[in-house]
Amino acid sequence: MTHSHEPLIHIAKRDGIVWWKGWLIRIAGVVLALIVSALFIYGLTKLNPVKVYGAMWQGAFGTSKRTWVTIRDMLMLLCIGVGLAPAFAMRFWNIGAEGQILMGGCATAAVMLYGGATMPTWLLLVLGFVVSLIAGAVWGLIPAIFKARWNTNETLFTLMMNYLAIQITSFLVAKWENPYGSNTVGIINKSTQAGWFPAIFGQQYMLNVIIVLAVTILMFLYLRYSKQGYEIAVVGESENTARYAGISVKKVIIRTMAISGAICGLSGFVAVSGASHTISTSTAGGRGFTAIIVAWMAKFNTFVMILIALLLVFLEKGAQQIASQFRLNDYASNVVMGIILFFLLGSEFFINYSVHFRHHGKEVSQA
Amino acid sequence: MAEEYAVRMVNITKAFGTKVIANDRVHLDLKKGEILSLLGENGSGKTTLMNMLSGIYFPDSGQIFVDGQEVTIASPHDAFELGIGMVHQHFKLVDVLTAAENIELGLPGKAVVDRKAIAAKIQEICDRYGFVIDPNKKVYDMSVSEKQTLEIVKTLYRGANVLILDEPTAVLTPQETERLFAVMRNMKADGKSIIIITHKLHEVLEISDRVAVLRKGEYVGDMLTAEADAQKLTDMMVGRAVSLNIERTEPKNTVERLRIRNLTVKDIDGVTRLDDINLDVYGGEILGIAGISGCGQKELLEAIAGLQVTEPGSSVRYFPEGQETDEGEELLGRNPRSIADMGVRLAFVPEDRLGMGLVGSMDLTDNMMLKRYREGRGFFADRKPPHKLAEEVVKSLEVVTPSIETPVRRLSGGNVQKVLVGREIAMQPTVLMSAYAVRGLDINTSYTIYRLLNEQKQKGAAVVYVGEDLDVLLELCDRIAVLCAGRLNDIVDARTTTKEQVGYLMTYLKAPQGKEAQA
Repeated sequence: MTHSHEPLIHIAKRDGIVWWKGWLIRIAGVVLALIVSALFIYGLTKLNPVKVYGAMWQGAFGTSKRTWVTIRDMLMLLCIGVGLAPAFAMRFWNIGAEGQILMGGCATAAVMLYGGATMPTWLLLVLGFVVSLIAGAVWGLIPAIFKARWNTNETLFTLMMNYLAIQITSFLVAKWENPYGSNTVGIINKSTQAGWFPAIFGQQYMLNVIIVLAVTILMFLYLRYSKQGYEIAVVGESENTARYAGISVKKVIIRTMAISGAICGLSGFVAVSGASHTISTSTAGGRGFTAIIVAWMAKFNTFVMILIALLLVFLEKGAQQIASQFRLNDYASNVVMGIILFFLLGSEFFINYSVHFRHHGKEVSQA
Repeated sequence: MAEEYAVRMVNITKAFGTKVIANDRVHLDLKKGEILSLLGENGSGKTTLMNMLSGIYFPDSGQIFVDGQEVTIASPHDAFELGIGMVHQHFKLVDVLTAAENIELGLPGKAVVDRKAIAAKIQEICDRYGFVIDPNKKVYDMSVSEKQTLEIVKTLYRGANVLILDEPTAVLTPQETERLFAVMRNMKADGKSIIIITHKLHEVLEISDRVAVLRKGEYVGDMLTAEADAQKLTDMMVGRAVSLNIERTEPKNTVERLRIRNLTVKDIDGVTRLDDINLDVYGGEILGIAGISGCGQKELLEAIAGLQVTEPGSSVRYFPEGQETDEGEELLGRNPRSIADMGVRLAFVPEDRLGMGLVGSMDLTDNMMLKRYREGRGFFADRKPPHKLAEEVVKSLEVVTPSIETPVRRLSGGNVQKVLVGREIAMQPTVLMSAYAVRGLDINTSYTIYRLLNEQKQKGAAVVYVGEDLDVLLELCDRIAVLCAGRLNDIVDARTTTKEQVGYLMTYLKAPQGKEAQA
């Protein structure tokens, strides 16, 4: 009874790791994930894994058009992640990005629909930009005010705000239905392209790139170097410390959620004006939730978010491609995506902890 | 087999990460029926060593013998099987359960719990050693001392022969400490072996038979308590001669800084935490606040600092430097920011260092700017002055840290406190309030803190020192205000009062004087 054995594995927290070792572990994680996925693919479908991976690459970057679509979708995810960053840095669980995107999208669509015939495109764009910011900010402010005043649970509150936004969107879709009876809004201003992002240097999605990259850089500077960013970090760590430092916790919560909601609303503008040119209840399409993964995996560093958003969109596009090319169903590609994410998250564990195995034989008493 | 040693630890090494070696080839012997004090500065590896004995950590190398048999202790369960029980600094009790339920929790047994048998066994343990415990009392209704008693009874119930007590007296009043020591002597007489970790040397000398000393993770040696004295032990612990005198100067040029009148605080449930406090605080002196923990010390300091809602009629007036006013300026109703905006240099070292005074995940620079990040114009924060201040604090207070960029959470307790005190002193305060400034700190760091407080006093700051060690309060302070159950029981002269008098004032509320009549 007294002679149990030394544990086989023993886990110790690392005190920091050189950055390149961290990346080495991550790369090793991806390679392992590819190997395991390859075994899975071969085991189940007897397809050549290398060909399947090639197809994934083709799906995402095979043609110039595909590449731009990948970039467009990546920007959308990135923009939402950037919007979520300040809220999560404050440990405010904003899972209401879906709703904030939809409200921003609805506001943009309204501008395009009602102003499309009379206003020039530049004005439509400026107006769409502003009203989408405001709509998203309002949707973020409501739960924030309730949290600040009555300490309501923001997780439930923001979640429920999503359903509210979905209902409002379906109401507006019914109102703006075109053609009548289709139950969709259709492509807004299809003939005039009023309120659409104009092509820059011949690239249709160049304005998306400019807007989202600008927001990414500004948010990085805001969180890292501004006084308000400092306040967010303090409130996120401990409200008591914030009060001690003379920070008004309520004010910071409200202000930060207005910013977070506004940027999520802005991604609704980018989605409607800059990509789909329509509005529906699936305009957000679950990306408000996927972006939570982006924000957390990047630890709120908006530049790292670029990489993670790109990876997720690449996997999605690749999965679609192999699903159609090899007639696998969506689940097969989802499994591959799951394996890769699993290994990526797992590599974070090995970056933070070191694992030792039991030494063989009797230890010498002299260390 | 007559084995002299209850426990022997041989060549124990334990490292955290690659840089920190918490224990380096440490030896420790515990004889049967002995009380052994384990002594060492903060971060010297005492708790780590004990955690390996109680199965929380596993040593990287080395051997442990219990009753002469080599054993492997891989979990707290293994430790229990070997009769080793540890009472941690932070109690591990379930608040909503009763004493008896907490004791029974986690033990193997039948599906139906025989409460009568358990109660009888608990009673038997209590009678044998002199514990007083109510098996049906819920933990959330218990005082700190009762919780600690429960923890000890819990380990004895599980058949512990070796008891490890990690700083048991840190949270007790002198009277409670005496009671604990009496129980410990009873246990020793019954053949139990006890290891006690404490920073208080007079307790070491009073209770233990032998002292073992660790320094920076290494075993320095041991000494019979009969041959030891405070100076010898300190020198052994620190590795060089340390002066154990607090230089208390006579207060000079004292001026009234704070005038506290009718201060009453109720908590969220409407319970009165501070009841009609009237107190004057003077620049140039150290005012001690004594009291059993939770008697309103926290509320008093936080009310002054603008962190506490007070009842109508309460008043704290501040008298600025160099201005002869009779009125002063009202501090209540303001938040810390508006108090700072008034030009009041109010320094506050709160009890909860990482939960209130500092931001654990931030580095030294960012913590230095906690109260001053608004300084400078513009949208962006200027990190140059705080970076410079961080370097100065590290240098002048000898903060041990890998770098300025290290998150303060990674520093040891003493160094965390140095960072906090260093920042607060850097603002050249007119009022400096500290709550349990040396709790958990080793003797060397504690004396550094006392020295810093004395320097502030000599510079004319009004120093408020909330403390728990009465010896220190009597040696360091000029006056001591004693709180009891939220009331100001008395204010005494620290130079002429005895420890017993203060201890009495802490526990027995005097009848209210004058106008008020007790219902």
